[in-house]
Parts: sequence; C-alpha cells; structure tokens
Amino acid sequence: MTELRKTALHGKHVELGARMVPFAGYEMPVQYPMGVMKEHLHCRAAAGLFDVSHMGQVTLRPRSGDVADAARALERLVPVDVLGLKEGRQRYAMFTDDGGGILDDLMVANRGDHLLLVVNAGCKEADIAHLRAHLTDDCEIEELTDRALIALQGPAAEDALAGLVPQVRAMRFMDVITADTLFGPLWISRSGYTGEDGFEVSVPNAGAVGLTESLLAMDGVEPIGLGARDSLRLEAGLCLYGSDIDRTTTPIEAGLGWAIQKVRRTDGDRAGGFPGADTILEQMQTGAPRTRVGLSPDGRAPMRAGTPLFRDEDQADPIGTITSGAFGPSIERPMSMGYVTPDLAEPGTTLFAEVRGKRLPLKVVDLPFRSATFKR
Amino acid sequence: MKFTEEHEWLRVEDDLVVVGITEHAAEQLGDLVFVELPEEGRVVVKDEEVVVIESVKAASDIMAPVDGEIVETNDALIDNPSLVNEDATGNGWFFKMKLEDLSVMDDMMDEDAYLKFIS
Repeated sequence: MTELRKTALHGKHVELGARMVPFAGYEMPVQYPMGVMKEHLHCRAAAGLFDVSHMGQVTLRPRSGDVADAARALERLVPVDVLGLKEGRQRYAMFTDDGGGILDDLMVANRGDHLLLVVNAGCKEADIAHLRAHLTDDCEIEELTDRALIALQGPAAEDALAGLVPQVRAMRFMDVITADTLFGPLWISRSGYTGEDGFEVSVPNAGAVGLTESLLAMDGVEPIGLGARDSLRLEAGLCLYGSDIDRTTTPIEAGLGWAIQKVRRTDGDRAGGFPGADTILEQMQTGAPRTRVGLSPDGRAPMRAGTPLFRDEDQADPIGTITSGAFGPSIERPMSMGYVTPDLAEPGTTLFAEVRGKRLPLKVVDLPFRSATFKR
Repeated sequence: MKFTEEHEWLRVEDDLVVVGITEHAAEQLGDLVFVELPEEGRVVVKDEEVVVIESVKAASDIMAPVDGEIVETNDALIDNPSLVNEDATGNGWFFKMKLEDLSVMDDMMDEDAYLKFIS
C-alpha cells in the first residue's frame, strides 16, 4: 500500500482537531470538532474554509505563445467553448471519451498567457497522461505541485477575503485574478462547489498555512471538512465525479448539456471535434436513454448511492439507481440524485427506492434542492 | 449502567431495561439524521437488528443486547435524531425492554471496563 499524501495544510488540520481520513490518495479532513451538520450550516450562514489542495492544478502553456492555440488544442478533448473564454474568466468543462462518457469534470481558466485547469484528485494522474498524449505538440503541460488550493465559501466569504485582497469585491462569478500578497501570488477565482458565493484561492505551498490562519482569523470563517463539502454540493445539485458522473454517463444523460456551448453543438462554427462527439451531439438532439434527476424521499430516511429505483412497489426490474444521497442540513430533509428513464424524469413523478428490503416512495424533483447564491 | 461491545448502554429503571448507544459510539457515528425504531410489543432475541440509524456518514444497525420484549420506544428521536448526539445516555435512549431475568446483565461490562475497552 502506498503511503497517503499530505497537503501543505495537513499539520494545520491536525492542530484544528480534524478527523483525518484517506481520500483519493491523500489524508484529508472529513470533519472538524464542530461536526458535519454544523459545519454545513455554518458555511451557508457565514463562511467555510476548505482545503482542496488534493485537486490537480495543471497549466497548459501554448508553445506558440498564443493562448488561443492552447484553447484550440484543449477543445480536442472537451466539448466546451475554450477559444471563446476571455482572459480572466473560468468555465466548467469535462473530458469525454470516445463513447461519450465522462473521464473527469474540471474548471478551465484563461490566465492570459496560459490556461489553468483544476481537475479531480482521483483522476488527476489519468487526466495529465491524457493531456500529454494528445496536446504535447501544442502545449507544455505542467502539474503544479508547489501550490495549495483553498476554497472559501459562503455569504461571509467576500468580506473575509477582501480583508486581505480588497480587489476581490469587484469580481463576479467565474472571474479569475492574480493578486500579490505576503503569502505569495494568489490565483483567485470567484467560484466553488457548494452553491454559495465564494472563492477558490491557489496559493504557493509556502504561504498556505499563513493564508489559512489569516482567513480563519476573519469574522465568521470556520474550517469545513469533506463531509460537509459533500452535503453542500448535493444540496446545490452538483455532480460528484465517480458517483454521479463517470465513463458510463454522457454529459447529456448527466444534464450537463448547458456546459456545451452553441459553437460546439451541431451546426456550430466549431461543432464536434471532441471524443464521443457523435454520441453526445446525437443525444442532444434526440434524447438520452436515461437522465439525471433530483429525488426527494417522502420519509426521513436518507437514500444513498447504489439504491435501486423502481416504477412501483411490485416491479421486478429497476428503472434506475441513486448515485448520491444524504441528509440535507439546510433543507432539513433527505435528498438524492440518480438516473431514471426519460419517461419517469418529470418532476412530481413518484418512484420507489428499495431500502433495507422495503420499497419506499420518493419523488422526482427539480435540481438544485437549494438555489445557488452566486454573485453573477 | 452496563455496556456491550457493540457500544450500547443498558440501565435498569422500574424493572425495565433502558437501551441506548454510548457517547463514544455517537461521536464516532457523527450527527444522526434518521432513526427507525421497532414496534412496541415486539419480542426480540439477542443480536437481532432492532433499530436502524443513519448518520451524516452511513447507516448502522442497533442490535438487541439481550433477549426480551420491546415495551416502549423513544419516539422523540423520529423527529429529532440529534438527541442521540446531544445526550446519548439520557434523552437519546432508543427503547425499553422487559427481560425475564435481569441477571443476564451481570456479566456485562461496567463503566470502567467499557472505558478500558474503547481506549
């Protein structure tokens, strides 16, 4: 067994009393003494600080010197409009495979002379190999192991970060800036994965503890672990790679068609040209065999990933599966996401989930469970 | 109070045995979000699954610690599972059992033995 990796903030987590668990090859804080439920609610009420340094930060530097060439190259691997992404802006994307499945989901930022990708921890080695295999002629590909990544999320996030970097107040959702601070050059995006307004801050490892301590000293900022991160993203209706999306799900089945801009769709100026384009663009026009939906159990019992879904109480064959499920501390009821056949995807449809041998009713509902509060 | 290796506590009250999970267990489980209690009057045997609990992390089963009849359940937990985290050995009790013979508890761990068991 290989030893678990540690982020630059590992010692700080231990000092803060975190319970550390293995996650994607890293030893990460699942919760702090506050506990998952209170951490979740705190993030929605004030601000939460998350160590997301296990995620991969990868730069694509165009060999030509023109970032448009890196953008064009990356478009060979993702179905999104990278060329149209302006300097200082970020966008959600996914790597697709030849069958139209999702290899990973990621953020792409245009940082002027290069693109910065933030990819999932569990996929980063494969992602980098994938990038190297396909983009080496056009880009220099580098994983930044000398930087930590901190997410600051919640209604108090702006005030807290502005105490150190005043210019963040002017940022809108998905803006990206660089700020020189005593913690080193910070790469800040106004984004996150909780459904809250907030920021993700890339900081040199040497400045990570200092930045974290300064932020935790601000009003309303508490450290939040992976446990609450999961319930926060699920309330926000956001997909977790490896649970809600993977190589067996297409972006269309996953309801991520919004991330495929018009220019990459059928009849767009740069239509297709990414792995699995035939499948994905056809599903976009004629529909997918299944679709991701929000699910609201009638009772209080959480219905978790892997739970089979049925049309009625007696049907033998499942019509789908739950891919994420938990109790939503802010909505004060259980919530799940899963895949169902299109005829059962209409909000209001009653389905049954088999929990501990019993068929329990749940309803298809619109996502998200809780509306996002982004500063657009 | 007596304790089991499954982190349950048992306390005799008015000839009945009150059963819950220990503070240590509650802390390990994390915040509880769901509790499914047995029907009152159900006759159970030791190690039979009688309660389902779900925390923010996962589902777990609570077993009957001894043979007996479930005579009362703590219905307050249905709407407020967090009582278990707040007061595991008090308001967070799960059920009361009627036992034929209370002496079956004699061999169980006392508090000192339980604290040693979890340390």
